[in-house]
Formats: sequence, structure tokens, C-alpha cells
Amino acid sequence: MSSAREEILSRIRAVDRPASPPVVRDYERERSASDVLALLDERVADYKAIVHRVSEAEVPDRIAECLARRSAKTVVVPADAPDSWRVSGVEWKSDDPPLALSELDRVDGVVTGCAVAIAETGTIVLDSGAAQGRRIITLVPDYHLCVVRADQVVVSVPEALARLEATRPLTFISGPSATSDIELDRVEGVHGPRTLEVLIVG
Amino acid sequence: MGGRNPVTWLGSPAFPKAAHEALANTQLRRNLRKATTTIRAKRAEVVSEMADWERLRRAGEAIKDDVLANLDTYLVRLEEAVTARGGVVHWARDAEEANQIVLDLIRAEGTDEVVKVKSMATAEIGLNEALQAGGVNAIETDLAELIVQLGEDRPSHILVPAIHRNRAEIREIFSRRMTEKPASDEPKDLAEAARKYLRRKFLSAKVAISGANFAVADTGSIVVVESEGNGRMCLTLPETLITVMGIEKLVPTWQDLEVFLQLLPRSSTAERMNPYTSVWTGVTPGDGPQKFHLVLLDNGRTATLADKVGRQALRCIRCSACLNVCPVYERTGGHSYGSVYPGPIGAILAPQLVGDMHDKQAASLPYASSLCGACFEVCPVRINIPEVLTHLRAEAVEAKGKRTPEALAMAAAAWVFADPKRYEAAQKAGSLSRFLARDGWIKRIPGPGAKWTDSRNAPAVPKESFRTWWRRNRVERS
Repeated sequence: MSSAREEILSRIRAVDRPASPPVVRDYERERSASDVLALLDERVADYKAIVHRVSEAEVPDRIAECLARRSAKTVVVPADAPDSWRVSGVEWKSDDPPLALSELDRVDGVVTGCAVAIAETGTIVLDSGAAQGRRIITLVPDYHLCVVRADQVVVSVPEALARLEATRPLTFISGPSATSDIELDRVEGVHGPRTLEVLIVG
Repeated sequence: MGGRNPVTWLGSPAFPKAAHEALANTQLRRNLRKATTTIRAKRAEVVSEMADWERLRRAGEAIKDDVLANLDTYLVRLEEAVTARGGVVHWARDAEEANQIVLDLIRAEGTDEVVKVKSMATAEIGLNEALQAGGVNAIETDLAELIVQLGEDRPSHILVPAIHRNRAEIREIFSRRMTEKPASDEPKDLAEAARKYLRRKFLSAKVAISGANFAVADTGSIVVVESEGNGRMCLTLPETLITVMGIEKLVPTWQDLEVFLQLLPRSSTAERMNPYTSVWTGVTPGDGPQKFHLVLLDNGRTATLADKVGRQALRCIRCSACLNVCPVYERTGGHSYGSVYPGPIGAILAPQLVGDMHDKQAASLPYASSLCGACFEVCPVRINIPEVLTHLRAEAVEAKGKRTPEALAMAAAAWVFADPKRYEAAQKAGSLSRFLARDGWIKRIPGPGAKWTDSRNAPAVPKESFRTWWRRNRVERS
């Protein structure tokens, strides 16, 4: 008996398959928006995430405010997060050496940056790059505060994918964890972070 | 290998009988009408935001047709890319072979409990039942799948398998099966109950099983689209990840995803984007599962590929938009189709995966439609479902042979239609049937014709045929 691999491939090759015409990409690969950051703000908020527009200089104070409002005492940061984010009054847990799962399950939240944000769909993409850390640190804590820089924001999905490297571990986040499984009615907050707060810088 | 394809459920009645029973369930009809009406309106709204929607649909169709035309090339490319990144690729001809591969991989990790991300491929092959028989407990972590599993029920929708349950019923199931009972039947409290119930399972699981929405042949990247974060939990926390995907779930390049990540969320959950999409490629040292297995599943797909008309069903991205717009699905519910793939797409996919039109239940599915075409209109990859339905009906008739009452009736009709005199004589005879009618409708035809009037009325045949009328009014004057 031939292997499953050989058999499946030979079944496919036995089929008369006409060559397919080239793919026409006449859809809008780039789109413009009069105010990209305002669009991102509106679309992220539409998912019931909390969004703030801030200047670069304001970032540390706003991080402190957001954490204080939630009474977050112990907060995780990726090892390469900017020092200015680690405001006083909070016990910062750097993910270096890697934090144990049990420890991540006990913290009050996590603060990260992102790789790209898509204004039109209100999506933030993490690629484990600068100031983002391992996937697990933005998953287990119940609160995620994400800092998005203006130069990371694009309008459309195609523009975002063009900026991303497929082989990095990627997480596209559009609002807090949610479900539509009960009567197709959307409710926020299941297994992922139940609160997503976003600082749009610029 | 071989045996029965579990894509349809053993012992399910043919569609007309199952539908007849489901129609009597008023609770089910209320639940479904509410859910499908909500989602239809939301979908229409987010689709209307996209000026280029039709162009995206055409691109989606073309990309998937390219995948099918070059499936062998892309599968081998995917295998190379996944292997290069530290993953292990397995091939399975059918359900039995796939289930055995997964069971052996779980046993090798020395565990008897696994967490699962919702996946149509693993539902299609009956993986949970096979694992149970092998002593492994598979825990569904998607909320709707959990409702179905705890309720010892069957799925009735591709996206929301528990769509037939309302909040009160869900609360009852959770209260019965969970130690910590939900506080109320508010969706928020039900979601909270599921979160608590599954949290410990996630944090202690050694092995997770997932499906795949897309696999990128060029890069070996796998994509899972979800909402709750149960997917991320399964794809990130365990040491070992086993992904089962149908061989048609490919896209050639990373760029191709820009089409599907726009088409899928708007078509399925009617959102601009679903809450979470995860992409991973093989194994990433220090981040996520350190062992990754990819099982490539045929299970009737290569046979479907061989059918020139039917193969377009393999473009399907499992969004379930066709279910939500289908007047038949809305009234009969998903269970009537007797398959994990209900609704219009199920009516063309399940019989093809079964691959045997002598199977009466499978052969009844292409008739589970009024051919209204709403499914084709919403399909994000432009599967012409009505075209495939009529094609499969022809196959079903062929399989029945030439001696059935229907075939004999058709042969008689052909004889009558072949000669104008015979045709006119038949029309005259037919007009006598008006004596069966009340208020212009025949509610019951005697004899074998009763099968027709069991589920619909027939209009009464007028006293005079058009030909007779024409002769009387026009021919005489000329």
C-alpha cells in the first residue's frame, strides 16, 4: 500500500484541472482616510475597548492614570519596554527571565506596544517584536493596555499585511475578548483579556 | 482504512422526514428566526461599508480556484515550509486514518485530556468520539461547542453550533453540568460561567487540538480566526499543538490573506474584524507550543475535486452566511441535514464528501432547497450553490436507476411531450383534475402524486388550455 501522502497527491494529479486565470486584484489595496487616528479611535471604541488620544510626552502619566483607575498593583511588561512606561506606584514584572504561567495568572494586567494598527477595522496587531513580548503575556492577564504610535497606523487590511512578516507569531486583536454564541448577540469578556485599553500616541 | 464517512450522522433520517419533525418544534423555529434575523441585518450593514466588496468576492473566488487547480504543488510547498520551521506534517486519506494519527500523537505525550479549539474538520471526522474510544477526553473550549458538548447534543450551525438553544436552555445545561452555576441566563453571566469552568483546563493542558481557517503555502503559516480567546489559549499555552486541516484550506501567498481577512469576518460574525486572529509558523523557540503537528485531511475532498461542477464547494471558507439567509435552514434548523455541515453549503458539501448517491440520506440533501439563490448572493467566494444543487439532484436521480416511480413518470412525460397530439390529449385529461381543487388549489392528489401535495399545494389546471383558447380566439379570425 502506498503512503497516504503519495496516494492523496496522485488522486489530485489524476484529476483533469484546467489552468486557472490569473487573480485580478482590482479591489482597494490602499485606502485613504481624512483622519486616520480618529478613525482608529472610533473603530476600536466600537468594540467597547477604552481609547485615549495622547501626546508622546503624556504617555507615562496616562499609563499611571489607567493603572490607578483599575487599582492595578502588579503589572507585566515585555523586557524591552521603554523605561518611561514603568511609572512608580506599580510593581513591574519584566518578562525576563520568562514569567511562569502561574505568576501571569496572578498579575493585574500587562502593558505592551504593537507592530501595526488597522484603522478601518479597529485592529491592533502584535508580532512579538519591540515592546510586545511573548504571546502569552497579552493573553493570560485580564487587562491589556496597548500603546499605539501614529506611524504604526494604516487604514486597510492589505496595507497592514504588507507591513507584517508572516513567519513571526502574530496576534490580531479587535477589542476585548467577546462571543456571539448566545442568540448571536455579542457580549464582551470571555477567555482573553476582558478589558482592552488603547493609548493612541500622536 | 475505509468504512463509513462520519461527515453525516449514522441513523439520521432523510431530509424531508427530519425537516417535517423539526417544523413542529416551535421553540426551535423561534430561536432560529431571532438569531438569523439579527445576523442578516448586521452582515448587510458591514458589507455595505465596503465599496469593493464584489471585487473582493471575485478575487476570493479566483484565489481559491487557483488553489484547486494547483493543489498538489501548494500542498507540497506547505509541507516543506512547515517542516523547515520545525513542524511535522502528516497525511490522512480518511477520517479513520486522521483520528488514529491524532490519538497516537496524544498518547506519545502521555496525557489523557486535551483542549480543543472549534474546528469543522475535527467535527467532520468524529475526532472527539474516536478519542473517547481511545481513552482520551477532548474538551471543547468554544462557548457554543461547549454548550453542545455539555448538553450531549449535536451541532446545528457552522459558526454557532448551539444556535438552536436560547439563553434559558443554555443556563439549564450549565447548571446541570458545572459545579459553579451561572448567576442568571444573561449572556454575560453564561460567558462568565464558561470562563471559570475552562480556566483551569487551559492552564493545565499539555496538548491542544485545532483546525485551521487558512494555511499559507509559501510560508507555512497557519491562521485561526476566533472571538473568545479560547483559540489563543489553546494555540499558546500547551506544549504540543496538533492542527487538523482539510487539504483545500490553502492560500498560495501571504498577500492572498488580505482578501480573506476582509471577506470572512464580515460574512460570518458580521463584524469588521473578529476579536482575535492568530498566525503561527511551525515552532517559535520560547514562544508557544514547542511541538507542532499538522494533519492534512482528504476524507472525500479529492473525489469532490474530480467533479467539474461540484468542486467549487471546495472554495468554501466556512463563514456560514449561506445558512443565515436560507429560508429552508431558518425553518428546519441544522439538525435536519444530519451532518456537521448543514444549510445550503452542507447540502452540496456533505453528499460529495460521502461520495455515494445510493446513501438515501445524503442523496436527499440536494433537495433541501427552494433554489431561491440567496446563498449564492452572499457567498464570499461566489460558490454557485443552486448550480451544484441541481447537478447533484441529477446524480441522485441517476443513482436511483430507471425503475423508480419518478423515473417512470418522467419517461411517460417525455413520451407525451414528444408529440403535439399526445400533449394536447394529456392537457385535456389534466384539466379534469380541476374537480379535485378547492378555491383554485389542489391540496391532495390521489395515488403517487400525493407525495407532491404532502408538502405543498398544486394550482388547479384551468378548464381550457392555452392552445384551445388560441385556436378559438385567434386562428378562427385569420
